[in-house]
Parts: sequence; C-alpha cells; structure tokens
Amino acid sequence: MNYWPLLGVAVIVVGFALRFNAVPVVVTAAIVSGLLAGLSVPDLLALLGKSFVSARMLLLFVLTLPAIGLLERAGLREHAQRWMARLQNMTLARLLIGYLLLRQLLATVGLTGVAGPAQTVRPLLAPMGEAAAEKILPGFDEADREELRAVASATDNIGRFFGEDVFIALGAVLLIQGFYSQHGIELSPLAIALWALPTAIAAFAIQSVRIWLYQRRLQRRATALRNGQGN
Amino acid sequence: MLRIEHAYWLIAAFLLYSGWRNLRDWHLWHAAFWIVLGLLFGAGDFILAQSTAGHALPAQVAGAGVIALALLAPQLKRMAHPESSSAEQRLQSAIRLGHMLFVPALLIPLVTLLVALFGAYLAIGRHALFATPQMTLTGLALACVVALFAASVVARTPMHEGVAEGRRLLDAIGWAALLPLLLAALGQVFTQSGVGAAIAAIATDFLPTGNATAALLAFALGMVLFTVIMGNAFAAFPVMMAGIGLPLLIRQHGAHPAILGSMGMLCGYCGTLLTPMAADFNLVPAALLELRNPYGVIRAQAWSALWIFICTFLLMWMLVFH
Repeated sequence: MNYWPLLGVAVIVVGFALRFNAVPVVVTAAIVSGLLAGLSVPDLLALLGKSFVSARMLLLFVLTLPAIGLLERAGLREHAQRWMARLQNMTLARLLIGYLLLRQLLATVGLTGVAGPAQTVRPLLAPMGEAAAEKILPGFDEADREELRAVASATDNIGRFFGEDVFIALGAVLLIQGFYSQHGIELSPLAIALWALPTAIAAFAIQSVRIWLYQRRLQRRATALRNGQGN
Repeated sequence: MLRIEHAYWLIAAFLLYSGWRNLRDWHLWHAAFWIVLGLLFGAGDFILAQSTAGHALPAQVAGAGVIALALLAPQLKRMAHPESSSAEQRLQSAIRLGHMLFVPALLIPLVTLLVALFGAYLAIGRHALFATPQMTLTGLALACVVALFAASVVARTPMHEGVAEGRRLLDAIGWAALLPLLLAALGQVFTQSGVGAAIAAIATDFLPTGNATAALLAFALGMVLFTVIMGNAFAAFPVMMAGIGLPLLIRQHGAHPAILGSMGMLCGYCGTLLTPMAADFNLVPAALLELRNPYGVIRAQAWSALWIFICTFLLMWMLVFH
C-alpha cells in the first residue's frame, strides 16, 4: 500500500491553516497526490481536466444571478425588510425559529441564495434580533450583541445546510447519485433526497431548543437583575 | 430537444460575457479568469467526447486550464462594484412593486419542480422536449431564463441589464464560486491516487471489519473529520465512500446505499459547521457581522452540530442495515 498520496491531504491542512488562497491550495493538493501516486504529468493533467469538466453542474447556480441581481436592483431586499418589520408580536425566539423554518424551507426548494449572511442576517435578522433581545434584557451590552449576531448566523447556516440536502437539484444529492452511478449503483435523486428529511427535522428541533434556551438565559438574567435591584 | 449541455453553454456564454465586461473595464485578471473558465465550460462536451474516444490532448489542455485558474485566483482582489441603483431608488421601487418582486424569485424553484415532475411527458410532435439525463438540472437552467424574463417584465428593465447585474454579483463572489468544482475534481484525483484506499487500509488496520456498527461509526466520524480538514463535505464524500462506505458497508454488510449516502453526507455537514476551512459559512459571516472573535460563529453552532451528528448517526444506525 502506497501511503505517500496522503501528503495531498497534508497540503490542504497546511495551506488552509496558513490562510492561503483556497484555489491554488486545492489544485496543488491534487498535483501532489497524483504525482506521489505515480501518475505521469500528461495523465495527471488529463485526469484533472476531465474531472473538472465533469463537475460542471456544480456551477449551475450562477445562472440564477442575473434574475436575482435584477430583482435586488428593483428593491427585493428592501421589500423583504419592510415586510418583516411590519410583522407584530415578534419575540426573539419566534423571530429566530421562524427564520430557521423559513430558511430551511427555502433551501428545501433550492432557494439557498435568497437568504444568507449578507442578504438577510446582517441587514435584517441581526438588527431585529437585537431589538427583540433589548425588550427582554435592558442592559444588553456589546459582548451580548456579538453573541446574538453569532447565534443568528449559526441559525442561518443550520437552516441552509439541513434544508438543501432535501432539494433534488442541488450539489449534494447529485454528487451522491453521481458517485453511485460511477460504481454501478443507479439511484434516483428523489430516493436520496428523501432520506435527508429525518435529519432535517432533527436539526430544526435541536436548533429551536437551543434558541429557546438562549432566550430563557436572557430572561433569567433579567429576572436576577430585577431581584438585585429590588433588594 | 433541451439537454444539460445547453445549460453549460449558457453558463459559458455568461462567463465569457463577464470576462468581456471586465476586459472593457480593464480588470485584466478578472477578465482572464472568467474567460479561461468560460472556455472550459464551452469546450466541456468536446473534451469529454474526445477523452472517451481515446484522445487525451483536449483533456490535458483543460488540465492546464485548471492550473491557469489556480494561478489567476490569488490575483483576484475582492472588488465591490458600485451599486447600480441608490438605496432611495430601490426603496421607491420596493414600495411600488410590493409582493410582485417575490414572483420571479419563486419562479426559479417552481419551474424547476414542474420540469422535474412533468418534463418526461412534454413533446413537440414526436420529439421529446427534454432529454432524460439530468432533466431536473436542465429544468433549473430553463427556470433561470424564465425568471430573468419575468423579472425584467416586473421591474420594467431590459433583460441585458439583468445579465450585467449578474456579472456584478459573479465578480463579488469571485474565485469562491470555483471551489465546489475544484474540490469535486480533487476528490476524483484522490480516488485515482488511492487516497481513499490508503485511508481504508489505515481504517481496516484499526477496525474489526466484521463489526458493522464499528465500520459505520468509523465512516460517520471519518466524514466529520475529513470535512473539517477539507472544509467541504463534497470532498470528503467520495474518499470515505470509496474507502469504507462502498467496500465495507454496502458490499460486505449490505447497507442501504441511499440512506448511507444521504445521511453520511449530513454527518459531513456537521463537520462543515465546525471548521474554519469552510470560510464562506463560518469566517466570512463573522467578519460581516463585525465579531471580534473570528470563530464566534463556529462557537455558536458547535453544540448544535454535535447533537445533530448524534441524532443522524443513531438514525443511520437504526435504518441503514434493513
């Protein structure tokens, strides 16, 4: 057994740890592994080119950019913001859990690009969450704000990750299907996507409970603060 | 007949357009990057066909193109094009158009879904409208064109301005758009170089291969660890599948392929929540939200990741061997 190709993995670890640009790091890792496995340079080039071209479907999302770009220019984000701001009776937990549900459902139908850290978390979710948290705990300081923004971003990630695997036309399901068909096992994308549902539900429940615990922690601090002042 | 190749040609056209616009703006590195990528996309079918026919030269040229992209990527400085409309204009437009703005955005998943469900039955005369392979993705590409058309009707803006907006977003994403493809290619190279086999050999040295549960645990933890190292579950998946999943769990212990693939990938996603290598999801948002601790987002989601992993593993363990 030739263990030298594992050095390609080491290239990835070192390259990322030193914060190099990811693109040359990944290509270097491929070259290192290939050469150490004894591939000739022409064979390695052909393998690299062929595998890259075979993965073209993973760039399909760029075709959404013109339509989304045009809608954003026409005020899509502004409208979503105004719409969210009109919704009354929003507590912190309802806001974050509602966002989690929406993000997960959107990802489930393939709309991962509609929301995200830049599109929704920074302009919408974080400021609304801070306003909701201030209602619970008056002395909400800068460190608390940072924690809240981190929780909002984590919620966004979890909603996206454990929704997108259910959508049949996104990378993950197609990668799984592609791998199996290369090895002679034919599966339909739907059969793979369906088995992501149990984890999607579990992820929603877990993150919701953690959001609720976070809100309860703020409420307890507020109660302790009030009792302290009362004495 | 619409085929997935038409979608790739559309992407190629969009990439070449972006390259041309950057050339006109004298952003030479961006121009070169998108043009090389556009050529790879446009020539993709030819490369694969020649490769199947036994002519390696086009694939070798493509490999050189990938290396050229790797050399160009560090030159791409993140550049924010100025917004093409003011905040005031967008607000006025948002007030005027209201919920109509959601319609074109929702057309993308809707048309994709319709093609996925009914595309096989559509025909003009005796010619099927959609080719069977990759019909869903062909539908997605068609949906994007339909949505662009609808957006231009709703916003009363010509479609070519949408393409220009798309190029603005593409430049903002930059080389990060390429990472999924490169990591998929890296996975292929790793598989060919025997990285998966080496990992499997190490794993089998330590594992009682006769024990299905131990092998499953090694597979699930391997997905997490490899994803943490690579920053992407897509790169971990082919390696762990070739190393443990396929030879041990499926061939030897009769694991259900769809469950193993789907839930194994989700174990990898738990790793994505834990790693700074997944910069797009963990480090960039921390910077965007002005957190002093760059690992603040990872810290906020670490416990969720652990619990989701435990749940997924238990579900997989209960379901996969039946």
